[in-house]
Amino acid sequence: MHRYFGRKTLIYLLTFIVAVTLNWLIPRFMPGDPVLRMLTRTSVSNPEAIAPMREYYERVFGLDVPLWQQYVNYWVQLLKGNMGVSVWLFPTPVTEVITRAVPYTLALLIPAILLSWIAGNKVGALAARRKWLDNTVLPVGYVLTATPYMWLGILLAWSLGIVGGIFPVAGGYSFELRPEWSLAFVGNLFSHWFLPFLSLFLVAFGGWAIGMRNLIIYELEADYANYLETLGAPRSLIRRYAFRNALLPQLTGLALQLGVLVAGALVTEIVFAYPGLGYLILSAIQNQDFFLLQGTFLFVVIGVLLANFVIDVIYVIVDPRVRVGMQGAS
Amino acid sequence: MSAVSLQVDNLRVYYRTTRGDVKALDGVTFEVADREIMGLAGESGCGKSTLAKSLIRYDGRMRHVSGKALLDGLSLPGGRYTKVSLIPQYAMSAMNPTVKIGRLIADLVRAHGWSYRELLPELVRRLELVGLSADVLNNYPIELSGGMKQRAVMVLSTLLNPSLLIADEVTSALDVTNQRAVAETLVQFRDRGFVTSMIVVTHDISLVYQIADTILVMYAGKLAEKAPAEVLVNAPKHPYTRLLISSLPEVGVRHATRKLTGIPGRPPHLLNPPTGCRFRDRCPLAYDRCAEEPPFTEVEPGHFVACWKAMSEGSPGENQEACAAERSGGTPW
Ligand SMILES: Nc1ncnc2c1ncn2[C@@H]1O[C@H](COP(=O)(O)OP(=O)(O)O)[C@@H](O)[C@H]1O
Ligand code: SF4
Ligand SMILES: [Mg+2]
Repeated sequence: MHRYFGRKTLIYLLTFIVAVTLNWLIPRFMPGDPVLRMLTRTSVSNPEAIAPMREYYERVFGLDVPLWQQYVNYWVQLLKGNMGVSVWLFPTPVTEVITRAVPYTLALLIPAILLSWIAGNKVGALAARRKWLDNTVLPVGYVLTATPYMWLGILLAWSLGIVGGIFPVAGGYSFELRPEWSLAFVGNLFSHWFLPFLSLFLVAFGGWAIGMRNLIIYELEADYANYLETLGAPRSLIRRYAFRNALLPQLTGLALQLGVLVAGALVTEIVFAYPGLGYLILSAIQNQDFFLLQGTFLFVVIGVLLANFVIDVIYVIVDPRVRVGMQGAS
Repeated sequence: MSAVSLQVDNLRVYYRTTRGDVKALDGVTFEVADREIMGLAGESGCGKSTLAKSLIRYDGRMRHVSGKALLDGLSLPGGRYTKVSLIPQYAMSAMNPTVKIGRLIADLVRAHGWSYRELLPELVRRLELVGLSADVLNNYPIELSGGMKQRAVMVLSTLLNPSLLIADEVTSALDVTNQRAVAETLVQFRDRGFVTSMIVVTHDISLVYQIADTILVMYAGKLAEKAPAEVLVNAPKHPYTRLLISSLPEVGVRHATRKLTGIPGRPPHLLNPPTGCRFRDRCPLAYDRCAEEPPFTEVEPGHFVACWKAMSEGSPGENQEACAAERSGGTPW
């Protein structure tokens, strides 16, 4: 057990180091000079003033030292929880910008992932036993999973937002409101949250439902199901076993899909101008704010790694085969 | 023999396929007595498993065409687990891998209205009888070796003392030592009254010969011959049985290659089986009468055979010689 988690931790650590390195590298090779851009934005008209200002900003951002030192500094600062200063929202620290955006993204992602997983598994399992339900769940599920997040988002925004006028289609809350713990504000927050959530939920739901339906059908054909049937076990018992066994590959599926779901959430936020990490990434790119971009990416990577680790642990707890195999090995 | 336990009467079970019915079980009539272990033998594809399934559970493609099967007056399929039970061929994967064995048994017996708590002492006794400790109840199937799983399944299948136990090719996947152990356990289960009678399905006559009281030989969806095991092996009457037995290296002796191979030709396809005797095109003794279907007749007490030749000529020795002569002559049939 210890060896297993030791190995897993090592793998996650390596992934983390690679991710940080890539994350440091990529923006530096992006086209465009962020400092120059900042200078043009502040419209420094005097060409002679540009050189000292440039020097000043490069020092502020730590760009005045050799590359290797920038890399080391990056790690040191990162471990201190400092990701630099945003160019776009200068001089707000990147960490603060991200901290403001994270709740929005998590509020979208966590309910969308959990609810779609639970509902998808339930509906998929039902579909595997009722012909009429199967005939609807299967095609609907396929259409939903095959729909790109962006496209479903646009469709929902257009139909329920613009045409239907039921939900707002942009922002985290209305501009005229001040954030506070009032019913009006929370209601407003919810109505802005609903469409991005729904589009994430629907796409993921289709995938889980189809996966579960296929897994159950496969499980019901397994030898153990056949044997139980031969021994006159009631269908309910066999289905209970099949459902439980099918949940295990669905859990693996969840770990595998996590990255896709996060990417979907980022894209969805962009469609709905929802002030989460996805929207930050877009703004960072538009403003060539590579500190912000780095920080956001890094945050996403750490989040996905952590979530994967949690799923790994859950898997070991729920699947006796893995648990027993590990005990046998140690 | 003593009282009749299982009575199968003119049973016909076909498989529905897009190309028509596969006549896998085409009118079989036989009886199994109380405490009888009947071996059911024949080449692969002759309908053994179909017969076994039609006594327990029809699969989706099986169609009951005619006839009936009665077990102590109960019409089969029916009384699964409590009256008829099965030891499957796939014992290695028969138990749900994610549930502890004790839990599985508890779920199963409770579903049949029994109390696991009350059955537990007997369950443990039986596990110990087959050389397993009570600890296996706390194990997942993956924690058991192949032989242990096989034995656990045997105990599980017979826990409620069924009247009829069907073992379908239970030994095919095992090595020779385990095969012998399983065969002996089956006899022990009968002797201790865990099961009343038993059908042991196999393509391996030399294996059932060691444990069976009687042997029933099937060919192409029909019965060829049934007799006490000794008689069937030492004085078979049906040309097919003789070929099966003469193709064994040495009857009754265990040997690595004692499979039922080596009879030239193939069994007919059961979509459109030939009329008359189904063994006709492979039979070295076939003659004009064989264009008519031979009935399954009792030629001596307890000895049934479906062959015109065997019925008309009383002396089996003669036929056997003819058969052997044909074989050694190497004439292609
Ligand atoms: N599900 C099925 N659908 C169609 N034909 C089948 C099916 N199962 C078995 N058969 C056919 O029925 C015949 C008897 O099969 P089976 O009872 O499995 O033979 P055995 O157990 O003696 O090897 C074979 O010809 C086989 O091809
Ligand atoms: S009935 Fe005829 S063909 Fe059939 S086994 Fe007997 S002799 Fe051979
Ligand atoms: Mg078979």
